[in-house]
Amino acid sequence: MARPPSRRPGHNRKAQYSLFASYVVAMTGAAVGLLLVVVAIFDPTGFAVIRTATAEITRPASIAMRNMVSGASSLDEVLAAYWRAGSQNIALRRQVEADRNRIIEAKAVAQENIRLKKLLKLVETDDSELLTARLIASSSSSTRRFARLNAGRWQGVRMGMPVRAPEGLIGRIHNTTPNTAEVLLLTDTSNIVPVRRANDSVPAISTGLGDGTLEIRALAAGRNPFHPGDLLVTSGVGGVYQPNIPVAVVVRTQGEIAYGVPLANPSKVDAVVVERSFEEAVTRTDPAADAVPVDAGAAANAITP
Amino acid sequence: MIDPHLRHVPRLGRQPSAFRLNGTPVITVMLGSAVTILPVIAQAPVMPPFGLLLLLSWRLLRPELWRTWIGLPLGLFDDMMSGQPIGSAMFLWTVTLIGIDAIEHRMVWRSYRQDWLIAALAIIFCIAGGVLFARMAGGGDINLYLVAPQMLWTILLFPFVVRQCARIDRWRVMA
Repeated sequence: MARPPSRRPGHNRKAQYSLFASYVVAMTGAAVGLLLVVVAIFDPTGFAVIRTATAEITRPASIAMRNMVSGASSLDEVLAAYWRAGSQNIALRRQVEADRNRIIEAKAVAQENIRLKKLLKLVETDDSELLTARLIASSSSSTRRFARLNAGRWQGVRMGMPVRAPEGLIGRIHNTTPNTAEVLLLTDTSNIVPVRRANDSVPAISTGLGDGTLEIRALAAGRNPFHPGDLLVTSGVGGVYQPNIPVAVVVRTQGEIAYGVPLANPSKVDAVVVERSFEEAVTRTDPAADAVPVDAGAAANAITP
Repeated sequence: MIDPHLRHVPRLGRQPSAFRLNGTPVITVMLGSAVTILPVIAQAPVMPPFGLLLLLSWRLLRPELWRTWIGLPLGLFDDMMSGQPIGSAMFLWTVTLIGIDAIEHRMVWRSYRQDWLIAALAIIFCIAGGVLFARMAGGGDINLYLVAPQMLWTILLFPFVVRQCARIDRWRVMA
């Protein structure tokens, strides 16, 4: 193909000016774009308002498609379950028999626990849970890891609230629109979560790597205390996340850094739970709590492990 | 036998509507940017930037279609959909279009392979630039190797997308 002729307007003055003007507009616009990025450096959520409209408009489409594919996403698991269904069935039945006794024991323990707590006059107020919603889309082509939640400001979701699934932590709310919210996933490179090892409370910091894994650095100096297989839970430091939410399992260690995989996979979980910020859940000014000042102390006691 | 595609040739003297002529490319690029509304919760940047691919395809197929400033509105839309900081694609896409203009003046003979090479350079520039902007705007420490697979299959996907673009283009110009 030869060079396209259209770019050189020849002696036509009007065409020349029009071409020149288009370059001026493009250059200026590019500079404005650069300026917007610079503004975003200092105020990362500043232009969230511009995104509000698109998030709201695309919400119905995402929800409709999410409903269609929710069956398809677990298709691999269904197919895998058919493979060796018979032997699996026997094994599972034995497992159920074994578990039944343990469940009865656990129920007894739980009842005893309730009785003892009543004796201690501890009132467990676990009203940190705000709502349950679904993740409907994500920033799949960007290097940032955001997911869009099908609930927003009108449903009571606020910036900074932790988001979790039954399996573990998903992330926290980055910004909200009236009916949707952007969740900063655990694996985003800017999401830092204070964690501790579940069995002996070695404190550490978890940072996302952007590729579905986490980088875990121990807070104590010296050699790396982590080993593959270690379970990490939130420590509650910083006041955003409740303590003891499962976060990740360590899979590999290298020098001072351990690498972990999140326990909750946002693409597999069916629904996520938005919780109130930990600090807010502890210090929230409840009209009932104001009337009975003992309650505030009781709630704080209940959360202390 | 007559080629079945030739049956679509319209009667002489009929023109497609202006909206179809000018709107189709813009709408396809915007649809490409809007693939992020698919209910895929990605754990890594895996989705190729279809908006960018379609923009490059239209630009390289139809050099006379757009002025360079088209990168601004389309880039803004892409930024709104993609989760990148606003202004990132506005800047990168416009600079890419200006760059393609500059290259076009210098290359006398250009064929499909050169187009692919230009597109590959543009894709690497835009994705790497996107990483840089995301890192600057509070994204933390993002490594470039994180987007290497995305770059690779975006480049490999270009021939396919340019074919589909040509197919849409044939429909576009035939009334």
